[in-house]
Amino acid sequence: MAETATPTDERVKEMSRLRLALMRPELGGMVGAVAVFTFFLLFAFDSGMFASQGIMNWTVVSAQFMIIAVGACLLMIAGEFDLSVGSMIGFAGMMIAVFGVVLAWPMWIAILITFAICVAIGALNGYIVIRTGLPSFIVTLAFLFILRGFTIYIPQTIERKTIIGGIREAAEGDWLAPIFGGKILTGFFQWLGDIGVLETFSRGSREGQPVVDGIPMLIVWALILVAFGHILLTRTRFGNWIYASGGDAEAARNSGVPVNRVKIAMFMFTAFCATVFALCQVMEFGSAGADRGLLKEFEAIIAVVIGGALLTGGYGSVIGAALGALIFGVVQQGLFFAGVESSLFRVFLGVILLGAVILNTYIRRMITGER
Amino acid sequence: MKKLMTSLAVGAAIISAPVAATAGAHEELNYVLVSHAPDSDTWWNTIKNGIALAGEQVGVNVEYRNPPTGDIADMARIIEQAAASSPDGIITTLADFDVLSGPISAAVDQGIDVIIMNTGTPEQAREVGALMYVGQPEYDAGFAAGLRAKGEGVTKFLCVNHAIQQPTVGERCRGYADGLGIDLGDAMMDSGTDPAEIKNKVMAYLSANEDVDGILTLGPVSADPTIAALDEMGLAGDIHFGTFDLGEEIVKAIKGGTIKWGIDQQPFLQAYLPVVILANWDRYGVLPGNNINSGPGFVTAAGLEKVEAFAGEYR
Repeated sequence: MAETATPTDERVKEMSRLRLALMRPELGGMVGAVAVFTFFLLFAFDSGMFASQGIMNWTVVSAQFMIIAVGACLLMIAGEFDLSVGSMIGFAGMMIAVFGVVLAWPMWIAILITFAICVAIGALNGYIVIRTGLPSFIVTLAFLFILRGFTIYIPQTIERKTIIGGIREAAEGDWLAPIFGGKILTGFFQWLGDIGVLETFSRGSREGQPVVDGIPMLIVWALILVAFGHILLTRTRFGNWIYASGGDAEAARNSGVPVNRVKIAMFMFTAFCATVFALCQVMEFGSAGADRGLLKEFEAIIAVVIGGALLTGGYGSVIGAALGALIFGVVQQGLFFAGVESSLFRVFLGVILLGAVILNTYIRRMITGER
Repeated sequence: MKKLMTSLAVGAAIISAPVAATAGAHEELNYVLVSHAPDSDTWWNTIKNGIALAGEQVGVNVEYRNPPTGDIADMARIIEQAAASSPDGIITTLADFDVLSGPISAAVDQGIDVIIMNTGTPEQAREVGALMYVGQPEYDAGFAAGLRAKGEGVTKFLCVNHAIQQPTVGERCRGYADGLGIDLGDAMMDSGTDPAEIKNKVMAYLSANEDVDGILTLGPVSADPTIAALDEMGLAGDIHFGTFDLGEEIVKAIKGGTIKWGIDQQPFLQAYLPVVILANWDRYGVLPGNNINSGPGFVTAAGLEKVEAFAGEYR
């Protein structure tokens, strides 16, 4: 009777490799990504979506989502929300404009101070949540309004307008700014253009240059942040703390996890990601506007949820969030390419997003057997 | 890597094939209009209807796109996306020159014809390499209003400016003064946007300057309280009163005789004309030699019927 060896402890239960693979939170994201690409390859292949420029377009948009999704993902796994991400993007961009253009400080100082201010606001968000015990939903909703208000008030008061330009000129020659606004591999892309692999501009001052002339730092940042978040979450003790804090904060505290510190650190990281987003944006476009980043907090959350994370915390993956961001970016831009009527576009977007999340949840329930 | 490059090359070849085909005359033409307006801005419905009507009449495909929240950075991505889908032409606004000039110039350099509409200036349109600008240059509109007001006997005026932070709107006052041939001086009032404040400021100004015989307001925000101020002072109809833009109160006041005329920038034309112009440019290579002023269109009591009939649709 002893030979049948029914495992007495479920933690050491043997599971098949397939089942293990299916249990990964990013599975839904992978299935979704494959489905979305198949869909657009079928319906929008000859629309320019898969030409160099088209690929760059949806890659950049997806990378934007990825940057804020990584922060939102880790925070959500730690059991909290940040609804102030969108306002933080507008605020951070405006700070750069105020310090770098209006006050004409060197751009690298403006960038570092902006990082300091924004990460400090993130810490304040976290501190208030921890100290008051209020849901982060409410606290960060308050900051959504507070930061947006300042983003409109400050330039209005100083400059009597709500868009401040001239950032590109102010950043010229700076050593830190290209890390956000620059492009890499430009020589390689020029070469691709020269040998005819990439299309080149047919007229104007950029004649002969390839239509896609390099990888924007925005994409590099997205990849770095995804890699950083993934390693942090899966390979470090701190990563385990994040899961534990979101899963059951009380149990985590009892086993010695510094839950408060973990959560505040994640609020700061979310703010950091939002600031990176803002910096890449103002460096590329050269102006900061009071309306930048509207609704981006929801886009970050949507990407994370498509990527398989639970809204209740304790479960999720950064790779999944990155895939969610990719799906969201590809769907959003792809629907344009597929020629969907613009007022119906958001209907499709909503349906596809809902479908992705339902599929995801269904797969997870089926595999893990949870109810 | 080689495999990737080959597949990219194959992809590019497949994609460029239908584009090359459309270069011939009488093929299907595709135009995209990209606006800066958020979904909530209903004013742009006229624009949507305008391009749809033009597309139908001329026989081309038109599409309307906008950033849902009005985020100009998102708009730049939409322009890049539109360029990547290789349409025959792009019609767009220059809501923020810093942000949009890059993507628009890139589209032009790629061989796509661009027309700037609504927001922007003829100079900026030239700078990004657009074919032309279709809109209402603020100074010119003000100047035309001034000329007309001069003919109607205005000698001293007040310009009620509710958006002093927007330099382009102030141009309307400057143009009006120049059209009248009067120095602007302190005739431009920074009224703020609070209706009660505007009303009291206008009443105070008119009491202090009894020789004022003309008023210009720059939109419904300043026009509506000014109407109330004139009513209260018993000057409605006595003072020559013109305004920019139309609105419910303004239309009522034009009907009632308080307002002489409203200046319509005629958004319909800003949408309709670029489509027609691009289509004829692509088909026959003909292009008007100048920028087009879609306004000022003067709406008087006589022309109200059509305005009311098509309000929100084409007007």
